[in-house]
Amino acid sequence: MSGTGYQGKKNIPHLTSERLLIKGGRVVNDDQSLYADVYVEDGIIKQVGENLIVPGGVKVIEANGCKVIPGGIDVNTCLHKPYLGTPPVDDFYQGTKAALAGGTTMIIDHVTPQPGDSLLEAFEKWQEAADKKSCCDYSLHVDIPHWHEGVKEELDQLVQEKGINSFQVYMAYKGLFQMPDSQLYEAFSFLKELGAVVLVHAENGDLIAQEQSKILGMGITGPEGHPLSRPEELEAEAVFRAITLGNRVNCPVYITKVMSKSAADIVTNARKKGSVVFGEPITASLATDGSHYWSKNWAKAAAYVTSPPLSPDPTTPDHLHSLLACGDLQVVGSGHCAYSTFQKAIGKDNFTLIPEGTNGVEERMGFVWDKAVAMGKMDENQFVAVTSTNAAKIFNLYPRKGRIAVGSDADIVIWDPDKIKTITTKAQQSALEYNIFEGMECRGGPVYVVSQGRIVFEEGKLQVQQGTGRFISRKPFPDIAYQRIKYRNKVMSKQGVSRGMYDGPVYDIPATPKYITPAPSAKTSPTTHQPPPIRNLHQSNFSLSGAQIDDNIPRRSGHRIVAPPGGRSNITSLG
Amino acid sequence: MAERRSADRDGDLPVYLARPGTADQLPRQKYGGLFCNVEGAYESKTIDFDALTVGQRSSRSPRATNREELKPSKHQTNFPSSHSEREAKDTVQIKHAFEKEAPQHLDKSERLLIKGGRIVNDDQSFYADIYIEDGVIKQIGDNLIVPGGVKTIEADGKMVIPGGIDIHTHLQMPFRGTSTVDDFSQGTKAALAGGTTMIVDHVIPEPGSSLVEAFERWREWADEKACCDYSLHVDITHWNDSIKQEVLSLIKEKGVNSFQVYMAYKDLYQMSNSELYEIFTFLGEHGGIAQVHAENGEIIAEEQNRMLEMGITGPEGHVLSRPEELEAEAVFRAVTIGSQTNCPLYVTRVMSKSAADIISQARKKGNVVFGEPITASLGTDGTHYWSKNWAKAASFVTSPPLSPDPTTPDYLNTLLASGDLSVVGSAHCTFSVAQKAIGKDDFTQIPEGVNGAEERMSVIWDKAVVTGKMDENMFVAVTSTNAAKILNLYPRKGRIAVGSDSDLVIWDTDATRTITAKTHHSAAEYNVFEGMELRGAPMLVVCQGKIVLEDGNLHATAGTGRFIPCSPYPDFAYKRVKARKQLAILKAVPRGMYDGPVSEFSPMSRGGTPSASTRTSPTKAPARNFYQSGFTLSGPEEAPIRPAGRRIVVPPGGRSNITSLS
Repeated sequence: MSGTGYQGKKNIPHLTSERLLIKGGRVVNDDQSLYADVYVEDGIIKQVGENLIVPGGVKVIEANGCKVIPGGIDVNTCLHKPYLGTPPVDDFYQGTKAALAGGTTMIIDHVTPQPGDSLLEAFEKWQEAADKKSCCDYSLHVDIPHWHEGVKEELDQLVQEKGINSFQVYMAYKGLFQMPDSQLYEAFSFLKELGAVVLVHAENGDLIAQEQSKILGMGITGPEGHPLSRPEELEAEAVFRAITLGNRVNCPVYITKVMSKSAADIVTNARKKGSVVFGEPITASLATDGSHYWSKNWAKAAAYVTSPPLSPDPTTPDHLHSLLACGDLQVVGSGHCAYSTFQKAIGKDNFTLIPEGTNGVEERMGFVWDKAVAMGKMDENQFVAVTSTNAAKIFNLYPRKGRIAVGSDADIVIWDPDKIKTITTKAQQSALEYNIFEGMECRGGPVYVVSQGRIVFEEGKLQVQQGTGRFISRKPFPDIAYQRIKYRNKVMSKQGVSRGMYDGPVYDIPATPKYITPAPSAKTSPTTHQPPPIRNLHQSNFSLSGAQIDDNIPRRSGHRIVAPPGGRSNITSLG
Repeated sequence: MAERRSADRDGDLPVYLARPGTADQLPRQKYGGLFCNVEGAYESKTIDFDALTVGQRSSRSPRATNREELKPSKHQTNFPSSHSEREAKDTVQIKHAFEKEAPQHLDKSERLLIKGGRIVNDDQSFYADIYIEDGVIKQIGDNLIVPGGVKTIEADGKMVIPGGIDIHTHLQMPFRGTSTVDDFSQGTKAALAGGTTMIVDHVIPEPGSSLVEAFERWREWADEKACCDYSLHVDITHWNDSIKQEVLSLIKEKGVNSFQVYMAYKDLYQMSNSELYEIFTFLGEHGGIAQVHAENGEIIAEEQNRMLEMGITGPEGHVLSRPEELEAEAVFRAVTIGSQTNCPLYVTRVMSKSAADIISQARKKGNVVFGEPITASLGTDGTHYWSKNWAKAASFVTSPPLSPDPTTPDYLNTLLASGDLSVVGSAHCTFSVAQKAIGKDDFTQIPEGVNGAEERMSVIWDKAVVTGKMDENMFVAVTSTNAAKILNLYPRKGRIAVGSDSDLVIWDTDATRTITAKTHHSAAEYNVFEGMELRGAPMLVVCQGKIVLEDGNLHATAGTGRFIPCSPYPDFAYKRVKARKQLAILKAVPRGMYDGPVSEFSPMSRGGTPSASTRTSPTKAPARNFYQSGFTLSGPEEAPIRPAGRRIVVPPGGRSNITSLS
C-alpha cells in the first residue's frame, strides 16, 4: 500500500520530525481534487504541487494514490462534562486519542458551566484540563446555562479576549438550562451583535417534562422511556421555533444534534426560504437508529441514551445522509460524551437520570464515508466539506484548518477508501466498555494521520503525547454566517409612516386601578402598563436591558405636528 | 386596491352557477338528505316525472313562465304573474293565501313554504320545496301537502342554503371600561343581514376570575339582546385546579364544548407550553375542542419594545412587531402539543399564508386540526396599515395582523376551497374610531378587532365561488356545515333536512352590492371592506322559522335568540381521536433488573447551589422553575410503585447477564 522512507541521509528517524513530504496522493479539498505532493515544515503546509524541491533529510510518506484530505474537525464533543460530579470516562487525553485514530485532528469541546457559575471560570477550567491532556488542536464552545445581565459582560470578554465565537443555548432541560423564548430572543440579539454563532440544543423542554412525568406515571422506567418522552415532533417544533427566532433577530442559528427526519426537513425548508441556519447530524444519528432502546439488555439500551434521542425510525440515517450529501445539512459532529455502564446505571430505576451521551468521535469519518460516499450519495469533495471544511468555515478557522493549501496547518489525513474495519469495543481507543456501533463494518479509514506536522497515527498505531494540543482561538463574524446577515441588516431597517397627528375624539379610559380587581379590561395589548397579573409565569428578578418596559422613552412625536409631510390632513375621516 | 381588483373580475361570472334549470345536472333526488322522507308525504299525489328530468322540474305553468322570462334578464325585472299584480322588486315573492294576513306581521307567521328553490347542502344540491312549521323543517320534497294559511315564498330556482354560522364573534366585549360598539343586538342584526343565522361568541373572563360567572354574564347579555340563535366559546385565560373544575362543569352542564387558549398577550392571557399541554390533555379527555390564538407572545413583546424604541408608534408598528412567522411558529407549536396530547385543535384566525401552510401540512400528516380564516383575511390585506390616514390604518388592527402580502386572500381562499382550512369566522369585534384612538401614540394600545360578520358570506362567494375556486356545496360547508359539525350541532344546524332548525337563506348569486360604512348594519363608523364590490347576497333570510330579512329590510327582534348548548365529543373531531387513543398505549420493556455496579453520584441538592449536577433530568425541581404549578397530572412522579420484585424471580426469557453488552 504505502510506505515510509527517508530521502537523502538516513539519520533522522525521529518522531519529532518537523519536515514531511507526502508523495503520490490525491489531494482532496472541498472544491476540487488533484494529484499532488504536499510538503510540510514546522507544522505548516509549505508547498503543494508536483516535483517539489524539498531539502534533504525529509521524511517521505508514500500515499500510493490514497486520498490526502484535510484532517477532520469534530465540532461537538463533551470530554470534560461532569454528570452529577462524575466526569466522563473519555477525558481530553482518551477522547483526542480516539479522535486521531479516526482521522479527526481537531475537536471543539463544549464548556458546560452550571447555572450560576461564571462562564469565564468554567472556560478557564476547561482550557486548563485540555492544555494538560489534549493530543490534538482544540477549541471550545461555551454553553450559556442561564441568561442574566452579568452573562453579557462575560460573553463580551470571551469573544473579544478569549477567542470564542460560538455559544450554545438550550431549549430543553426544563428548570436547569432551558431558556424561555424571550430570553432566547435577548440572547440571540446580543450574540448577533458580538458576531458569534448561536448553537441551539433544540427540543421543547416543557413538553418533555410533561411527557416524562406521564411516562414514569405509567410505570415505564427503562431506557425506552427516553425516546417515548422525547418524540421527534418535539425536536422539530423546537428547531422551527429556533429558526423563527433567528429570522426575527436576523442571527445565524446552528442546530446541534439533528437526530430525526422531521427536524432535518425543517432545517432544509428554512434554508430554502433563505434563513441562515446550519444543521449538524452526529455520528450516532447517521449510523444507527433508536430501535435499540427497546433492547432487553438494560445496559445496551442505556448506552444509546442521548438527547435528542435517536429516532426509532430505521430510515432516518439514510435520510440524513441524503440531506448531508446535498448540502442541506452542513457539518457532522460526534456528540461524543462517554459515560461507562457503571455511570449510566445511576438511572437504572428512572430513565430521566441516565447520563446522556454516546460515543462516536473515532467512528465519525468512517461512517460518513461508508454510508454516503461508498454508497454513491456523496462525492469525496463533499465528504471533506462535511467532515472538515464547513466546520472550519462556520467557526472561522478557515483556511487555517479544513483545507490543504500552502500556509494551512499541517493537519492531514491519508485516507484509504477501501480499508475495511469492524467496529468493536476491543479495538477502540475510547475507554468505554461498550460501543454503540459494535459489530458494524465500516469501509474507509485513515492510514496516516498527521497532526501539527507530526505523524500521530501510522499503520494502525498511535504515537501521541499528552498536552501537545493547542487552543485555537477563533474570531467573531465568520463570513459564511455573517456576510448575509450584514447585508440584511442594512436592508431590513424599518421605518414608521409619517402621518399627521390624529386629532379626533379619544375615548377616555379610566386610569387603570392598580391592585384592585381590574374588572373590565379584556383584550388589551401585551405591553400595556397593567398591574402585574396574578400569576406572572416568567417573572424573574432580573431584567435584560435595563428598564425594558417602554415607559420612559421620550418619543419624538412633538415635531411632527408642526409640519406633517404632505400638509395637514383631515385625519378623522375615512377614505 | 382590492376593491378595484374585484371589480375587474366582473366580466368572468360563470353564468351556469346562477342559472337554475339550464346546466344543472342533478338527476338524483334524495329528499331530506340525512333523514328519511316524512311518512305519508307522498301519498295520494301525482308524481311529477318532469320534475326528475334535467332542466325542467315542474309542469306548473306560472312559475315556468316566470323562469322563461327570467333567463335573459337578470334580476330587477318586472315580470307578469298570474297570481299577483304587484311589481316585484326581486324574484322572490311572498304570497298569502288569506288576503287578511298583512305582510307587516311577518314575524308572527309560524308556517312557511319555500317553493321552487334549489336546496344546497354541503354534499349535494337538488330542487325541492321546503315546509317549515314551529321553527323546524317539517317536509322537503315536491308537491308537499301543507295546511292552509301557509305563507308561501317563491324561490324561483334560487339557491336555498342553510343559514350561515359565524363561529367567531366578539360582540359586546368589554374593553377597559367600555365595550365594543356592536352589542348582541347590533351584531346579530349585522349577521342576519349578511345571511348568518347563528353566531358563536367568545366569553373572555378576566384572568383570575371565574369562568362560569363570566359565562353566565355573557348568557345574560345575549339572552336579552341576541336576534338569532347563539352559542358560546369560553376562553381560558389562566389555568389552575379550580379552573379545571369549572371547565368540566361548563362541558357537562352548561353546553360549552370549545375553549380558547392564548399563546400571545404576554403576562395577560398567555399560557406556557406546560400549561397548554395540561389544558389540551384535559380537554382531550373530556371531549372539548381546544381553540388557540396562535402567535408567539414572547417574541411579540420583544419586537414591540424594539419598534417603540425605534420610534415607530403608528399602526404599521402592529404588523411590523407581529410578522407572520410568529404566527406560523405558534401554529406549529400548537399542532405539536395537540398531537402529543391527542386533542383536536382548532386554530382561530388564520391570517397568513405560512400559518395556513403549516395547518395543511399537519392535516396531511394526519393531525386533527382545523383552521379558521376570518372575513378580513379572506377579503383584504395588510397594506392598509401604512395608510397615511391614522384612523383608517388603525381600523385594520387585529391580531394576528392582516398579512401585508397582497396575495394572501387569494391563497387562503384556495386552501379553503380544497378543504385544508375548515371554517370561516368573522372575528367581528368593532371599536369606534374614538376607542381605537386610545392607541394614537402607541400602537400597542390600539384595541384590536375588525368587522366582518355581515360581509362574511358575500366575501367568500365573491372571492371563491365566483372565481371558480369553490363550488356551492363547499361554500355551504365552510360557511355553515363544518362549523355545525365542530360544535356538535349538526344536523340541527348547518343542513337543510327534515327535523333541522329552519335557519335558511335564499341566496341571490347575482346581486351585487358595494360595501360601505354608510349602509352596513354594524354600529362602527368604518368598514375595512369599504368600497369593495361583492357579488352574492342573501335575498331572504329565515331564522327560527321567521322571515327576518326581506327586500333588504330587517325584521329582527332583540331577545329572540336562544342559547344552543353544544355537547362534547363532536364526531367530526373525536372519531379519529378515540380510535387513536386505543392504539397509542405505550408499554414498558420487561427486563431483568440491572445488577451491575452503579456509579456513586452526589445527589441533586434542591434549592442549594447545584454545584456539580450537569445534565440532570428535567423533571427534578430546580432552583428556578419558571413553570412550576401546584399540581401534577399523574400524581406524584417521584416513586411509581412497580412490581419490581416479581421480575427478578423469573425474568422473561430466562435470567440474562445484564451487564454485558450483546
